[in-house]
Amino acid sequence: MKTGNPRHAFHRRGFLKRAAAALGSSFFSPHSGSVLAQDFPGREDRLGMLVDLTRCIGCRRCEAACNQTSSLPAPEIPFGDKSVFEEKRRTNAKTYTVVNRYPNPQRVGMPVYVKTQCMHCDEPACVSACLVGALKKTPEGPVIYNADVCIGCRYCIISCPFYIPAYEYSNAFEPKVQKCFMCHDTRILKGEVPACATECPVEALTFGKRRDLLVLARSRIMENPDRYVDHIYGEREVGGTSWLYISGVPFEQLGFPGNLGTTPYPMLTREFLSFVPLVLVVWPALLGGFYLMTKRRMQEDRAESGEPKKPEQTLEA
Amino acid sequence: MLQVGRPAREWMTPFNVVAGLIVLVGLYFIVVRFSQGLASITDASDDQPWGLLLSWGLFAGVPLSASGFALGTAVYLFGMKEYHPVVRNAILIGFLGYFFAVVFLLIDLGRPWRIYYPMFVSFGPASVMFLVAWHVALYLSCQALEFSPAALEWLKLKILRRWALALTIGLTIFGVILSTLHQSALGAMFLLAPGKLHPLWYTPYLPWLFFLSSIAGGLSMVIFVGMLTQRFLKRHADAPYLASLEPISLGLGSAASITLFSYFALKVIALAHGDHWQLLSTPWGYWYLVELLGFVLLPCFLFAYASSRNNVTLVRFTAIWTIGGIILNRFNVSLIAFNWSLPDRQLFHWKELVIILSVVTIQILTYRWIASRMPVLREDQQYQSE
Repeated sequence: MKTGNPRHAFHRRGFLKRAAAALGSSFFSPHSGSVLAQDFPGREDRLGMLVDLTRCIGCRRCEAACNQTSSLPAPEIPFGDKSVFEEKRRTNAKTYTVVNRYPNPQRVGMPVYVKTQCMHCDEPACVSACLVGALKKTPEGPVIYNADVCIGCRYCIISCPFYIPAYEYSNAFEPKVQKCFMCHDTRILKGEVPACATECPVEALTFGKRRDLLVLARSRIMENPDRYVDHIYGEREVGGTSWLYISGVPFEQLGFPGNLGTTPYPMLTREFLSFVPLVLVVWPALLGGFYLMTKRRMQEDRAESGEPKKPEQTLEA
Repeated sequence: MLQVGRPAREWMTPFNVVAGLIVLVGLYFIVVRFSQGLASITDASDDQPWGLLLSWGLFAGVPLSASGFALGTAVYLFGMKEYHPVVRNAILIGFLGYFFAVVFLLIDLGRPWRIYYPMFVSFGPASVMFLVAWHVALYLSCQALEFSPAALEWLKLKILRRWALALTIGLTIFGVILSTLHQSALGAMFLLAPGKLHPLWYTPYLPWLFFLSSIAGGLSMVIFVGMLTQRFLKRHADAPYLASLEPISLGLGSAASITLFSYFALKVIALAHGDHWQLLSTPWGYWYLVELLGFVLLPCFLFAYASSRNNVTLVRFTAIWTIGGIILNRFNVSLIAFNWSLPDRQLFHWKELVIILSVVTIQILTYRWIASRMPVLREDQQYQSE
C-alpha cells in the first residue's frame, strides 16, 4: 500500500461535506430540525381516527365518554337531550368534542351528524404558533399541551384553521388552553383506545394507525361509491390530519372549512422566518457603511472649515 | 404634575383632575381583570381570542412607536444634523410606545407573570411570536439605553452618560435590525390565519406592508407630538428646538409622503398578486378602498402637497390623518376583517375601551413628567458645547 485507504479518504470527504452542510443549514435555517422539517413525512406508525359520517346516529355517547375521561364539568344540558341539535355548537373550554346535526340534501329526514374535535394535524399550525413550545405533536400522533409553560397568548387559537382550541377566560389565576388531546396521557400511552371510540355503538369511529385507516377509508368508498363522496377529509387538508372523515354529503355542506389547501400551515411563516438571518447580517453592513461614509464627510467638512481634525469625534452628542 | 413641594392648588388643573379620574376607573377594571379573569372585562371568545387591547396596544401601538429608529437612523447614521433637535423626543415617544405596548400585553396575557418564559424557560423558535417577544424585549432595552443619556444628564451622572453615549451608533444599528424584524413580524403573525383574515388584507406581503407603514407611522408621530410640545410644553423646550420644529415637520412630511407611496404601491401589488380585484365591488371591498384611498393615497398626496407649499398646518393635519390610517389598518387586520366570515361577532367590550383610555392617559402623563424634567425638548446647558 503506497497511500492511505482510498475508501477512508472518500468517507472522510463525505463526512466533511455532510458536516459543512449541517453547519451551514444550522446557521442559515432558523428552524433546522424543528417541527417544520419540510420533507419529514411523519412517523409511519402514527395513530389516527376514521370518522364515518354515514354511520353516526347522533347519540352523543362519544361526548359523554370524553367528558368523563377528561374529568370535565357536567354539561348544562344532559348528553341524552337532543335539543342541543337546534343550534350549531363548537368546542369550548368545558367541551373537547361536540356533535352537530346537518340536513341531508340527498335523503330528507336522515340528517347527518358530525362529530368535531381537534383534528391532530400532522404539521399543526398551533404547534408552530406556540412561542413557548407548550403544544407538541407527539410521535404517536396526538397534539398535546403543557399548561406549565403556557403564557396565555392564545396565538394557537388564532392560528387553528378548524376553530378548535378554547381558552378559560373566566379563570383568573390558572387559565388553560383546552382541546381534545386524543386521550394521549390517559389512554393511548397505556395502549388503550380513546374514550370516544370505545363508546361508539355503531362503529362510526375507528381508531388505528393512520395509514391503515386511509386504506380502510378508501376501500369503503370503492365498495360503496353511491354511499360516499370520493373524498377523505383530512388525508391532504393542511398537509394531513390524524383524524380522517368520510361522508355521503360533500364536506362543505357539513360545516367543514373548505379551501384550506394542502400546504401545512407552518410553511406559511417559514419564508418569513428564513429572512431573519439575512436582516441580521445585511443591515449592519449597509448601515455601518453609511455611518462610516457620514463620519468621513463630517470630518472633511470640519477640516475645510478650518477646525482642527478630531478623528474621535462622532455625531452622538 | 405632582411636583413635590408645590401646593395642591397648582396641580389641580382641570386636565389633571379629568386624567386622574380616567386613570382611577381604568385601574379599577384592571383589578377586576386580574381577580376575575379576562372574561370579566373583554369580549374575547374562543373564535376571537384577541381583541381591542392588543389591536390598540400592540398592533397599532408598535408601528406608531417606530419614531425612534426612523429618526435615529437619519441623525446618527446618515448625519442629518438638522433633525438632531427632535431625535431625543422621537426616541422617548418610541420608548414609551413600546413600554406601554408591553403593559397592554401584560393585561391581555392569560398568565402575564410568565412573560419571561420565552426568553428563559421554554422556547418555541419556530413561532413568529417567539421572534416578536424576543425583539420587543430587546428593543425596549435598546431604547431605554438610547434614551438613557437624557436621564443621566438630568441625574447629573457624567461618567455614566459618557458611556451611554459611546453606545449610540451600535444601539441605533441594532435598533434598526430589531425594528425591521419585529415590525414585519407583527404582520407575519397573521400569515398563519389565511382562512380567517379577509383575502383583501391577507397577503404574503403582510410583513413588509407592516414594516413600510410603521415608518410612516413613526414619522407622523414625531410631527404630531412635536406640535403638541410646541403648544403645551413650550416652557420646557429651548429656542433651537422650537425654531426647528416647523422646518423639521416639513422635511418629515415629505419623507412620509414617499414612504406612503411605496406602501400604497406594495398594497396594490399585493392586490394584483392575490388577483382579488373582483372583491373590491363587495362591501368589504368598499371598506378596503376607504383605507387604501382615504388613508394611504390621500395622506401621501397631502404630505407631498403641503411640504412643497411649506404648509406646516396641513403637514400636521396629515400626520394626524396618517396616524388614524395606521390604526385603521391594524384594526382591520387584527380585529375588523379577522373572522370576517363568522356571523354575530362582538368586536370589543366597552370596559376594554375604558382600560385603553386609562393606560393612554398614564402614557401621556408619563411623557409629560419626563419631558418636563429631562433634557428632551432642550439641550442640557452643561453639555451644549459638546
